Amino acid sequence: MTQQPTGETPGFGPNLVEVFGPSQQDGGPELIQLLTPEGERVHHPEFDHDFTAEELRGFYRDMVLTRRIDTEATALQRHGELGIWAQLLGQEAAQIGAGRALRPQDFVFPTYREHGVAWCRGVDPLRLLGLFRGVDQGGWNPDDNNFGLYTIVIGAQTLHATGYAMGMQRDGVVGTGDPDRDAAVVAHFGDGASSQGDVNEAFIFAASYNAPVVFFCQNNQWAISEPIERQSRIPLYQRALGFGFPGVRVDGNDVLATYAVTKAALQRARDGQGPTFVEAYTYRMGAHTTTDDPTRYRLSGDVESWKLKDPIARVEVYLRRNGLVDDEFLAGIQAEADDLGHTLREGCKAMPDPQPMSMFDHVYAEMTDELAAQRDAYAAYLETFEGSTH
Amino acid sequence: MATQKITLAKGLNMGLRKAMEADDKVLLMGEDVGKLGGVFRITDGLQKDFGEDRVIDSPLAESGIVGTAVGMAMRGYRPVVEIQFDGFVYPAYDQIVCQVAKIHFRSQGRVKMPIVIRIPFGGGIGAVEHHSESPEAQFAHTPGLKVVACSNPVDGYWMIQQAIACDDPVIFLEPKRQYHADKAVLDESVTPEPLFTSRVVREGNDLTLLAYGPMVKTALKAAEAASGEGRSVEVIDLRTLSPLDMAPVLESVRRTGRAVVTHEAHVNLGMGAELAARITEECFYSLEAPVLRVGGFDTPYPPSRIEEDYLPDLDRVLDAVDRSWEF
Repeated sequence: MTQQPTGETPGFGPNLVEVFGPSQQDGGPELIQLLTPEGERVHHPEFDHDFTAEELRGFYRDMVLTRRIDTEATALQRHGELGIWAQLLGQEAAQIGAGRALRPQDFVFPTYREHGVAWCRGVDPLRLLGLFRGVDQGGWNPDDNNFGLYTIVIGAQTLHATGYAMGMQRDGVVGTGDPDRDAAVVAHFGDGASSQGDVNEAFIFAASYNAPVVFFCQNNQWAISEPIERQSRIPLYQRALGFGFPGVRVDGNDVLATYAVTKAALQRARDGQGPTFVEAYTYRMGAHTTTDDPTRYRLSGDVESWKLKDPIARVEVYLRRNGLVDDEFLAGIQAEADDLGHTLREGCKAMPDPQPMSMFDHVYAEMTDELAAQRDAYAAYLETFEGSTH
Repeated sequence: MATQKITLAKGLNMGLRKAMEADDKVLLMGEDVGKLGGVFRITDGLQKDFGEDRVIDSPLAESGIVGTAVGMAMRGYRPVVEIQFDGFVYPAYDQIVCQVAKIHFRSQGRVKMPIVIRIPFGGGIGAVEHHSESPEAQFAHTPGLKVVACSNPVDGYWMIQQAIACDDPVIFLEPKRQYHADKAVLDESVTPEPLFTSRVVREGNDLTLLAYGPMVKTALKAAEAASGEGRSVEVIDLRTLSPLDMAPVLESVRRTGRAVVTHEAHVNLGMGAELAARITEECFYSLEAPVLRVGGFDTPYPPSRIEEDYLPDLDRVLDAVDRSWEF
């Protein structure tokens, strides 16, 4: 049985409820929010930002298009065009907020679900599909958009992010005061990954070297079938203090708050003040992946209650209520989404299978004679088949 | 250029220094590599001369060391990581096998991983558990990694520089019981052989004895002893375990018709198994006897008071040489 912290005075140590607050069900009083689920603009004393109408419309467009990428890819999996797809439904605000807070010189280390961040970095969405279609294992150059390859081993990339940030320190691009030069890294991971040793080691290394890295955790409440309570007895962001750097919890369904908080954390890192933990409190509205069946382990009522906190709907309400968009604008975004969907569908189906012999090409930067011999032997074997065209 | 007599520890230290002087992207990372100079003093004096940004004392977390090295490599650095002892590499195994070894492949050649992972390996130093192991086969079995083992001071000096210059990740195995054991003359004006090559270190006509790392010394002694019995044993220092440099091995076995492989690692599925298979495939009609293996037993590394029974020694190697003539 999972035991939650109780209000009882323990026999040893402090009362956890007094230290960390009550259960996490509503995100708790520490949740940083700038736009309520009802579309009300609220303010925060520490994390706030004067958003221009253009920025807000941009967030809306980003989220609608990102959701379309996700919906389209899910459909492509259902049609057998993708082997699997990791859905981001419900996490658009967390990703667009975090993605738009970046500067070009910053670098991002994603998991395999950061389709919205990839969108913000300018990675062609079609390239994201290759991994899931099985035609490649990462179809973009990380240095083109400062966006690393998707990493499937849970949490491994947080160490890469920390090492990359340590490299930035050595390159003299941290704390110079030049906004076009100072850079930082964002390490994405989820609530499940927070249990991984690598993530905890990344916290320790980043703290020890004061590395310019933002640990951006999308707590979507579920690690496949396991609820957040299986990973942590306390709110995740509170863990940061134990490692010696600040942690904050932001409403991950609020793109404004996610943007403002990530922007501040990135600036802190670029200024040389070290790592920050940002817990984006959100919900995985879909399945873990297209092979998962969440009806086996969670209540539909929970999903329904989170539908009321939809990240896109609240921005649309705010934009309409304040006269920042009209029907024509919204129709235009929908048309753009339809075009994107069409492009993805056609592009995915047209993605060629890799040449079998290509598996030998990049095992090493400097090909070995023995692997070359294995490749040549296989090529010769294939030649023995009639009509071979390899 | 002057010549000097150096130990393996000194050769490695000098090689690391050379590499750091040649390329300011070369960084050293590991536990106690800074002020202490490493528990074996291989990095002695380097932090003092190159600074804390280039000789980095790390937290005690091997996965963290290798994982952050990956990130630094992505940023354009050439990290040289020290794993303090062979048996401590396993917390980093996931990062080595799933990330270091695969990122070049995963990225279709766009991201290079010029990382050297130095591992003092092998036993015979009277240490406690986890300090005497030979994990080379685990890494040689992993596509994307290259694995080498030096056996002497001069090779240590050159091979570490060559490994650092290599654009692929290299598992660099150092025979820890040789660190301070013997001295050899280093002549820096001599051009070294390429890194991924094996070398005949004693010529012979009757049997080919294959060894690497700490067993090269034992193999040479065995060859000397065998010559007293009228058997001419050729000894090859493999030096590279992945890729294997089979050409000198095959050439030798075709001449001698007999082969024995020796290593400290467990025999089961060890380097000897791979060598035996390849020799058999390539030299089947030249063989007078099956390829024999002499290695550690398929037990965990035992308590040090009985490690001499576990480690293949001169007599066990000679016993295998004798058995080769029983077929």
